[in-house]
Amino acid sequence: MIEMKELRKAYTTGKVEFEALKGIDLSIKHSEMVAVVGPSGSGKSTLMNIIGCLDVPTSGEYRLEDDPVNEMTSNQLADIRNKKIGFVFQAFNLLPYATAYENIEVPLLFARVSGKKRRERVNELLARVGLADKAGNKPTEMSGGEMQRTAIARSLANDPDLILADEPTGNLDSKSGGEIVKIFHELWSAGKTVIIITHDMNIAEQAQRIIRLKDGLVEGNGNLA
Amino acid sequence: MVPLLSLKQFFNDMRRQKLRTLMTTFGIFWGTCAIVLLFAFGKGITEAQLKSQRGLGENIAIFWPGITSKEFKGLPKGRRIRFTEDDIAMIKARATTVSRISPEYSRWSVTIKHGKNTYNQQVIGIWPEFGEMRNIIPDVGSRFINDLDIAGRRRVIFIGDRLKEDLFGSEPAVGETILLDGVPFTVIGVMKEKKQDSSYSGRDNRKGFIPSSTFKTMYSARRLNDFVVQCKPELTMKQTKDEIYGILGGRYKFDPTDTEALSVWDTTEGFAFLKTFFMAFSAFLVGIGVATLITGGIGVTNIMNVVLEERTKEIGIKMALGARKSMILSQFVVETLMITAVGGLSGFLFAYLIVSIFPYLNLDEFIGVPMIDTSIGLLAVVLIGIVGFTAGIFPARRAANLQPVQALKLF
Repeated sequence: MIEMKELRKAYTTGKVEFEALKGIDLSIKHSEMVAVVGPSGSGKSTLMNIIGCLDVPTSGEYRLEDDPVNEMTSNQLADIRNKKIGFVFQAFNLLPYATAYENIEVPLLFARVSGKKRRERVNELLARVGLADKAGNKPTEMSGGEMQRTAIARSLANDPDLILADEPTGNLDSKSGGEIVKIFHELWSAGKTVIIITHDMNIAEQAQRIIRLKDGLVEGNGNLA
Repeated sequence: MVPLLSLKQFFNDMRRQKLRTLMTTFGIFWGTCAIVLLFAFGKGITEAQLKSQRGLGENIAIFWPGITSKEFKGLPKGRRIRFTEDDIAMIKARATTVSRISPEYSRWSVTIKHGKNTYNQQVIGIWPEFGEMRNIIPDVGSRFINDLDIAGRRRVIFIGDRLKEDLFGSEPAVGETILLDGVPFTVIGVMKEKKQDSSYSGRDNRKGFIPSSTFKTMYSARRLNDFVVQCKPELTMKQTKDEIYGILGGRYKFDPTDTEALSVWDTTEGFAFLKTFFMAFSAFLVGIGVATLITGGIGVTNIMNVVLEERTKEIGIKMALGARKSMILSQFVVETLMITAVGGLSGFLFAYLIVSIFPYLNLDEFIGVPMIDTSIGLLAVVLIGIVGFTAGIFPARRAANLQPVQALKLF
C-alpha cells in the first residue's frame, strides 16, 4: 500500500536548514497495523504528514497504492486526503464552531455526497463511536475522549482504506485513550490499514509491527506478532 | 459549475461565525452609509446655494447711473451720467450681445392699500422681460406684465408672494383692486415663491411690479433708477458690458473704457465664484469620502486580519479533510461578496432612509434637501467591496497555497 524510497524532508527556518527525514525506506502492506515510535524530533510527525499527503517530501519517492504521490496535482492530493486517507490528530483539529454532527459531515460535503446518504452516514458513524447522543454538541461541550472519537468518526466518513493517527491518545487520560485504541483495533480487524504514532509502548505493542525512528532515519522495523 | 463547496457548508460557516460576519458587514455598512450621506448632503447644500443664487437671475447685470472719472473729448471728468427709458430702447435696438433688457423705475415707500390693510412697500416700473430675467414666475392663475400693459399704460400690478399674503391673507388676489398712493390698480398676478439670497433693492417677494409706462406717467419719472441686462447665453457678460459702455458712451460722451461712468453689478462674477467655491467644496467632499473609504477599508482589513489566525487553521483542517484549493477560495470569494453586498446595500438603504425623512425636519432652508447620487453610492459599495475583498482574499489565498500541515501549524 505504501512504498517509500530514500525519502527526505528538509525545513528551512530563516537561514537554518533542518533535515527532519534523512532518507526513509519504508513499505507498509494492506491491512497492516503499524506503530511508529521514536523520541521527540525523530521525524515521526513529519513522516506521518507526508504519508497523509498533508506535506510533500523534499526528495525521494513515495507511492501510495502504486501511484507516485510526488507527481500529483494539488487537486489529486486533495481527493486522496478526502477519500483514501483518514487522519486523526493529537490536537483533534475539529472545527470549533461546528457540532459533532457537522464536523463529521465536512468530508462528505467535500466529496459531494447527497443529503440523504450524508445524513445516514453521519448517524451511522456517530453510533459507531458511541456518540449518537452528542450529535448536537460543539467541541467545547465535549470531553477530550469524545472529541477524539468525533475526529475518528470524521476520518472514517468516506470509508478510507488508510487510517493515520498522530499521537491520538496524547491529550487523553488512560481510560479514554484505551477506548480510542480499541476503536483502532476494531478498524484494523475490519480490514483497514492503520498507522499510529505513539509514545506509549503499551499501545505500540498492540500493533503488528513497530517502526522506530531516530534522527530522521528508520532505526528498527520489526514484526511483533 | 465552479467547484463551489456546498452551499450548506457555506451558510453553516457564516451562521456559526456570527460575530465575525456581523463586524465585517457593519464595517461595510457604515462606510457605504457615511459616503452616501456625505455626498447626498453635499449635493443638497450645493443645489440649495445655486438655486437661491439663481433667485436673483441668471446671466444678468444691473446698471446704475455713475460719475465719469476720465476726461473725454474736452469734457471734464466728474460728470453725472444718467439714463432714460429711451436709452434702453436704443440699446435694445442696437446691441447685438443683449438677449433681454428692461428699465427699472423704482419708488420706495409707496402706500399700498387693500381694504383695511395698508403697507408701505417698494414699487418698480419695468418691461415684461424683467420677469424672465429675474426668475419671477407667476403663480397659478397669474400673469406678469405684458406688452399690452405697457402700450396701454394700464394700471395693473403684479405683486410678490409675501406682499400678497400681507394684503390678502389666504384670499385670492388676482382680479382684486388695490390702491397705490390712492390710485386704483388691478392685481394681475402673484409671484410664485422663490429662494433669493441676494438682491440690490430688497427681495422680490414684497415688491409691486407695474408697467414702466404707467410708472412714468403716474410719478412723472424721467430718469431710471437702473436697468437690467441679460447677455446672450453663448456670450460673456464682459462683451455685453463693453457694448453697452460703447453705446451709452457715444450718446452721453464718455470714454467707453471709463468704468465709473456707469455703476455695474455683474452677477455672473458672483456665480462664477460660487461655482468655483462649490467645485472646491466637492473636491473636499471627495477627499473626505476617500478618507472614509480608507478608514472603512482598514476596518474591514483589520477584522479580516484578526480572524486570520482562526481562518488559517480552519483552512488547514478543511484541506486535511480533502477540500480543494478552489473550494476554499470560492468560499471566501462568495462570503466576501455576500458580506459586501449585504453591508453595502443596507448601508445604502439606511442612508436613503435618513435622506427620505430629512425633508420632514424642516432644515432645508439652511442645508438644502439632501439628494442621493446612486452612482456615487454604487461606487462606494464597489470600492469598499474591493478593499474588503482584497483584505479577505489574499490571506485566504496565501493560506490555501500552503501545504495543509503548514496551515495547521502556522499559528
